[in-house]
Parts: sequence; C-alpha cells; structure tokens
Amino acid sequence: MLNKNPAWRYLVVIAMLLICMLYALPNLYPEDPALNISAARGAVVAEHSVVELEQAFAKADIAVKSVQLLDGKVLARFASAEQQLQARDLAKNVLGSNYITALSLAPATPDWLAAIGATPMKLGLDLRGGVHFLLAVDMQAALDKHLTDLVSRFRTDLRQAQIRYLSVNAGPALAQVVIKFRQADDMHAAVLLLSGQDRELLLTESQDKLSLQVSLSEQRQREIRNYALEQNITILRNRVNEIGVAEPVVQRHGADRIVVQLPGVQDTVLAKEILSATATLEFRLVDTDSDLAAALAGQLPVNAELYYHNDGTPLLLDKRVLLTGDHITDATSGYDEYSQPKVSIKLDTAGGSLMSDASKDVVGRRLASVFIEYKPGSELNADGTSVLVKQQEVINDATIQMRLGRDFDITGLSSPAEAQHLASLLRAGALIAPIQIIEERTIGPSLGKENIELGISAIQWGLVAVLLFMVVYYKAFGLVANIALGANLILMIGIMSMIPGATLTLPGMAGIVLTVGMAVDANVLIFERIREELAEGRSVQQAIHQGYDRAFATIADSNITTLLVALILFGVGTGPVKGFAITLAIGIITSIFTAVVGSRLLVNLIWGGRRLQSLPL
Amino acid sequence: MQIFNFSQPVNFMRLKWPALLLSVLLLIGSAASMFSQGINWGLDFTGGTVIEVGLSETADLTAMRQMLAGAGYPDAVIQLFGSSKDVLIRIPLRPDLEQAKVGQAVLQALTGELAEPVSLRRVEFVGPSVGEELKQDGGMAMLVALLGILLYVAVRFEWRLSVGAVLALGHDVILTLGLFSVLQLEFDLTVLAAILALIGYSINDTIVVFDRLRESFRKLRDATVDETINHAITSTLNRTVITSLTTVLVLLVLFFMGGALIHGFATALLFGIAIGTYSSVYVASAIAEVLGISREDMLPPPEQDDAEISELP
Repeated sequence: MLNKNPAWRYLVVIAMLLICMLYALPNLYPEDPALNISAARGAVVAEHSVVELEQAFAKADIAVKSVQLLDGKVLARFASAEQQLQARDLAKNVLGSNYITALSLAPATPDWLAAIGATPMKLGLDLRGGVHFLLAVDMQAALDKHLTDLVSRFRTDLRQAQIRYLSVNAGPALAQVVIKFRQADDMHAAVLLLSGQDRELLLTESQDKLSLQVSLSEQRQREIRNYALEQNITILRNRVNEIGVAEPVVQRHGADRIVVQLPGVQDTVLAKEILSATATLEFRLVDTDSDLAAALAGQLPVNAELYYHNDGTPLLLDKRVLLTGDHITDATSGYDEYSQPKVSIKLDTAGGSLMSDASKDVVGRRLASVFIEYKPGSELNADGTSVLVKQQEVINDATIQMRLGRDFDITGLSSPAEAQHLASLLRAGALIAPIQIIEERTIGPSLGKENIELGISAIQWGLVAVLLFMVVYYKAFGLVANIALGANLILMIGIMSMIPGATLTLPGMAGIVLTVGMAVDANVLIFERIREELAEGRSVQQAIHQGYDRAFATIADSNITTLLVALILFGVGTGPVKGFAITLAIGIITSIFTAVVGSRLLVNLIWGGRRLQSLPL
Repeated sequence: MQIFNFSQPVNFMRLKWPALLLSVLLLIGSAASMFSQGINWGLDFTGGTVIEVGLSETADLTAMRQMLAGAGYPDAVIQLFGSSKDVLIRIPLRPDLEQAKVGQAVLQALTGELAEPVSLRRVEFVGPSVGEELKQDGGMAMLVALLGILLYVAVRFEWRLSVGAVLALGHDVILTLGLFSVLQLEFDLTVLAAILALIGYSINDTIVVFDRLRESFRKLRDATVDETINHAITSTLNRTVITSLTTVLVLLVLFFMGGALIHGFATALLFGIAIGTYSSVYVASAIAEVLGISREDMLPPPEQDDAEISELP
C-alpha cells in the first residue's frame, strides 16, 4: 500500500529527536553565580583549601550551593550575585595573594546530563557581557629590531674577518641592509664570508661592485612575524590568567592580529593596563659568599639584594646586572646530547659581546634569571589609574660552565615541561614587538541580559505567529507542519549545544528567528504541491506521494543555494557574522530534515495507506 | 483555505516591459542616491567610538552635548537609543585623539557633571583599518556568493536562468542599499548580515520558480514561452506569498520586539523580502525570457538509455 513506512524509520527519527532534546536540555537550567579559585606562583589548591573556604563562608553566613575541587581549581557556587561578591572578598582574605579568584557563571547542568557531555550553548559577549579587544602587532618594529641587529652583526663580522667597508646601514627598502665598500675585492671577500653564514640572506651585488644589498628571504620575514605574534600571544595568555577571568579567549586572528575576549570583565581600564603591562628580564650572579640568614633577618650585604625563587626559596643576588632581557632574540626548549631537557637562548650581537665579556671571569659561579613585571595594584594614582607595582622573581639559576657567547644553553632542568615554561618566560621578558588596540567592544552585563530576553521573546512571539498562521491556513496539515517546526527548533538548539565551537550571538538569535519563518517554506511547498495534485484529479494517496516526491527536488535545489550562501558567510565573515552563518546553516539542514523526512512520516502515519476521499488541507 | 485559486494562468509576462522599466528606474534612483548622499556607514565600517550609557531619568541631550563639547568633544553625535533613558554617543575618528581611551574619558566627563548616576552599557571602539577591511571583506563575501550562485544555477539549470537569477539578486541588494541611502539609515554589521541573508532568501524564491519553469517547459508542449512562464509563476504563487508572509510575520516581531540593536537587521530584511518576492517573479524570469530562453534549452539532454533499451531483446 502507498504511503506506509516501516517502523524502523519512525524509531530512527524519534531517537534523533530524543538525543537532540537531551543535549538541548542543559540550556533550560539557569547559571549559578560562582567563584573560580586557582593557585598562582607555587601555591597549590587542595582539599584543605576547600575545607578552609567552606568554614569561612559558614562563619560569614554566606549561603553556598557547593564548593568543589575540579582539575586543581576550586569552584564555589552561590545562590545570588551579591553573595558571590561578598564571597570573593572573603576568599581573597582567607587564602592570601597567592591565589587568583575569578567571578564566573557556572552552568548548573545536572550531573546525569553532564555525565553524557551535555552542556549549554556558549553565549557570545554581546549576550553575557564582557570585553573584546582586537590587537595589532607592530610588525614593522619587529623587522626593524631584527635589521638593527643584523647591521651590528655585519660590522663585527667584517671587522673580525679584516674586510674593509665604508658603511653598513639598514634600508632604504624594507627588510634590507646595504653594505658599501671602497674596493671590489673587499666586496668579493664579504660575499664569500656572508653567503657561508646564513642561507636565509639574499645577497645582491651592485653594478659597480662597490655596494652589496642583503635582504631577508620571505621565509625569514615570515618567521620573524610569526615569532612576534606568538610571543605576544604567550605573554597575553599569562597575563589574562593572572587577571582571574573565567574562560578567557586569546587567539591568533589573521597574520598580525590577536583577539582577546574577557567575559564578565567590566573594568576596561584595568584590563587594558594589564594587557599592556611590560615585562623585562635580568641576568645576575648569585651571591653565595654573603650570609643569607642575616639578610633574611634584615641585614642586607652592601652589594647584594634579596630575591625569591618562584617556589618561595630566598637567595641573594649581586646588585650588578650582567645583561637585560631586551638582548634576547629567541629562547627555545629542547634536549641536549644526553637527552636532558634544556633551553637554548640566542642573544643579539651587542648582547653577545656583553655576555662574553661579563662571563669570562666568573666561570663556576651561578647565574640567575630574574623575571620582572609591572602590574596594576590596588592603589590609585591621582588621575584614577592604578599604581603599577613591580613584581620580580627568580625563574632559574644555573652554574656557568664556560665563557658564554651569543648562543648558550641552560641545562639541569627537572622536566621538559619546566624547560618549556622557562623558555616561554624568557621570551616574555625579551623585547617584544609593540601591540596596539585597534578594536574594543565592551558590553555591560545589563545589556547582555536584556539582549537575551529580547531575543527569547522575539523567538517566542515569532513562533506563535507562524504556528497560528499555519493552523488557520492548512488546518490539520498545518498542525503537522507545526510539529515539524517544533522538532526543528529542538534539533537546532541540540546541535548548537553539541558543537563545541558554536557560540550564540545576538545576530545568531536573529538567525534562529529567521529560520523559524523560513523553515515552514519546505512544508508550504509540499502542501501546495499536494493540493495541485489533488486538483489534477489524483487519488489522495497518489497526491500525497507525488506531492512529497516532486517537492523534494525543489526543496533540495533551493536550500543548497541558501546553504552555499551560509558557507560563504562563514568563510569570509568574522565574529557576529560567523555566528549568524552557523545558525543559518544548521537551520537549513534541520529544516530540510524535519520537512522532508519528519513531516512525511507523520502525514503517512495519520493519513497514509487508507482509503480517503479528501484531505483536511 | 487558499489565497489564490486561479483557473487560468495569470498573464504576468504581459507586464514584463513596464516591470523591467520600473526596476531600471528604481536601480538608477538607488545608484543616484548612493553617489549623491552616500551610505550612512555605521561604526563597524567607519571606525570611531560609540558609547551607550543608561540614565536613571529622561536624558537631556542638549545639556549632554554641551558637557561633551566642554570636555573636548565638539564633534560628538548624541542621540537616544531605544528608550528615552538610553543615550548613544558617537565620537568620530580624529588623528589627535587616542581612540582607545575615549570611551573611559567620555564616561568620566558625564559622571562628573551629571547629577544622576550614569551606567555604562557598552563601549565599542573600531580602528580605521578594521572598518576598511570589513567593507572589503563584506563586498567580497557578496561577490563570492553571487558568483557561486551563478555557477550552481548554470550547472543545475541553464545559463540564461543563471544570469536572470544573479541579476535579480543584484537588483535586490542594490535596491536595499538604495533604501538605506535614501532614508540615511545606519548601515552596520547586522545590516550586512541581513543583506547576505537576503541573498540566501531571494535565491530560494527564484529557484522555486525556476524549478517549476523547467517542469512546465517539459509538460506544456504546445505553449509559447510567455504562456509557460506565466503557468510556472501562477502555480508557485501561493507558495511564494505564504512563505514571504510567514517570514514577514517573524521579521515584524523582530522589528518591534528585537531591540534597537537588531532594528537595522529587521528593516533591511523586511524591505528586501518584499523586493525579492517581486524580483523572483518579474526580474529573474523576465530577463531569462528577454535573453531568449526556449523550450529546447530546458529539455533533458537526449538520454543514452533509450538506445540501449531498444537493443535489448
């Protein structure tokens, strides 16, 4: 009989709906105001911190929903935002400054849902409030610094090889150094010397054989740009973690840009100060002759200063700074010939000669690397900005084995992870390419909340309008279309919650509303087709069958073109436009499915395979 | 219930020349407006700073203007946004201003002078290079989308229809841009998204008509091209109108309830869908006809299967 479907088809569709419904469920639970507490500089979060916090909260009469230890962080949930704020101040007092306390909203997904990996949709900054920065890295400065170093390196090398030159200067073109000579012989010698040194340098001789153009290869320029970008990203990540933001985003954006998103942060001034805080690095000798105990008691030796390791152990360092971090051009972690972790440091030419002079008489002594950062503190300047506080700590000390030069290694590290961490700190303390804020968006929390409410009410009323219209116009078939539309929304929300990268934004919500309007299109096409087939005198079952079959080609063609547009939007667009494209694309796919498969099954179930004279259409 | 129930196909193509003339006039008008008064580009495209603040009482815009002029922002544009207590302040890009700090400075100037508390709702700063890139990327997205559609329709249907579809889309986009130019409505990122969504919606409409056109060409063997097009448009008219109607319903809800941020989005789509419905009936099909589409172009290619079947015993 026509229009009968096997039971398994119904089961498959029902199973899909149930799965999506399950994954859409977490969106119904409101979020708890919460505190994220993590450890900084050597401190550890453990069971005892949880107990301490619980006791403190109980004492201060702050109602806590739960205090949990999760992945080395404490997550405390509260009933209201006021209690969350009280609790933050309290937690800061109880735990001290070695812990970072961040305000956040924790999804209140029940355990049984969390266990299957169901989480609510991620909300964009326009819906939850926060700050968004787009930063541009000054690549010109990065290249210039490299060229300046190249110039001084050429001068030294030529002098050492006793090749006479007139001048070595950067420019005039981009990424280029020009060396001028008095005699063609000198240039010849220079070409031989330099071409053996570095394959990434392109040498061009002038017509008169008296000047030599040295330019950086594309490859090298790309490396310099990448290095400048990665270095900035590493530093920004570290800083953002220090501000105490839950779920921050620090991401590369194109060739020379970085996106920073700080959900929930309202104080842009503070955020900007932290992002632009400068870090430096100093190399100093360890003073092992003076009395450490006396220094700790307050009697400092004349030529030494008291410092602390990042694990808290004190040590005395010479007042004299051997070298500063702005001479570091690269620091990478790796393994030495005994497969022990190491960090390789490269210095610029000036740094190399400084280091070589300074280290020749101190072989056997220990050299410490001190990381110095200026961070906004709690005190305020007259103009309302925070006073910058100098924070310094020793990140490594190692014995000098021999006279050091432009390249040297730090070995004796406990693990590859430590080597990586040290290398990233060394890079952070090196001179970095300056960054500039080129886009900033701050959304207040009240506006975010309002946007969500507006979006939800628009979806509700839009849905009601369409549902009413369909029932009035298509009667019982309209009801079928409405069920398909409801299923479509559930599928959409379920899939959006399942995709980890999908973020719901305000334009994304507009996309959902628009899809509600457009999703009935497929059903309208089908129903109109069935009416036409009936008008042409086909039997009821024939008309249903033909109606769905014929409408399918049209639905497929028209939706594939729309999907094409959505994909192009996703590829070319940024931020909010991308969010819109994702919802549009998901909406198209789910609406085809619910109309072509879902509503057909339902229609067949109700009217299929029976002798009918007419349809309620 | 049925909106239209025609026993005979409506003679749409009778009006094809007046319709095309009307479209050309509207296009010229839109282009003229875009050239003479340009488009009111929003912050996303021009760069600059926008600050939205919430007040506890009805805002006195004149006083605020004076305050900001006194604080060194005589070029600030101040307007109400959504309600009488929400104020939107725009500060254009100026070489002597450090834009990244303007937001905070303006807020300080206002909190210092206004008696009532001012709450910061949002600050957006966009640098000049970002806006320029967005214009280029947006224009690129539109061109790539049109080109993709041109190719897809040419492969799935026929090149004359493909040209008709893409010209109809260009028509919709230019008229919507024209509306924003004539009324000087702000063109921001959400409007760009709306125009791209409009391309998706409008092509949907056009393809439905084309699909039926292909079918009608194959079915009605003795009909003229005009009659066939009329037949195809008439038989899809109910669907065209109903889908537009449900979408318009939803957009009206967005327009009235979606909040000020989404206003431009809803406006662009409401206008665009009206234009898109008209253009898929008149522009797309009429152009295909003017280009000389005929029944032979739409027949399936002679199939090899027939020959093979006849050879079978």
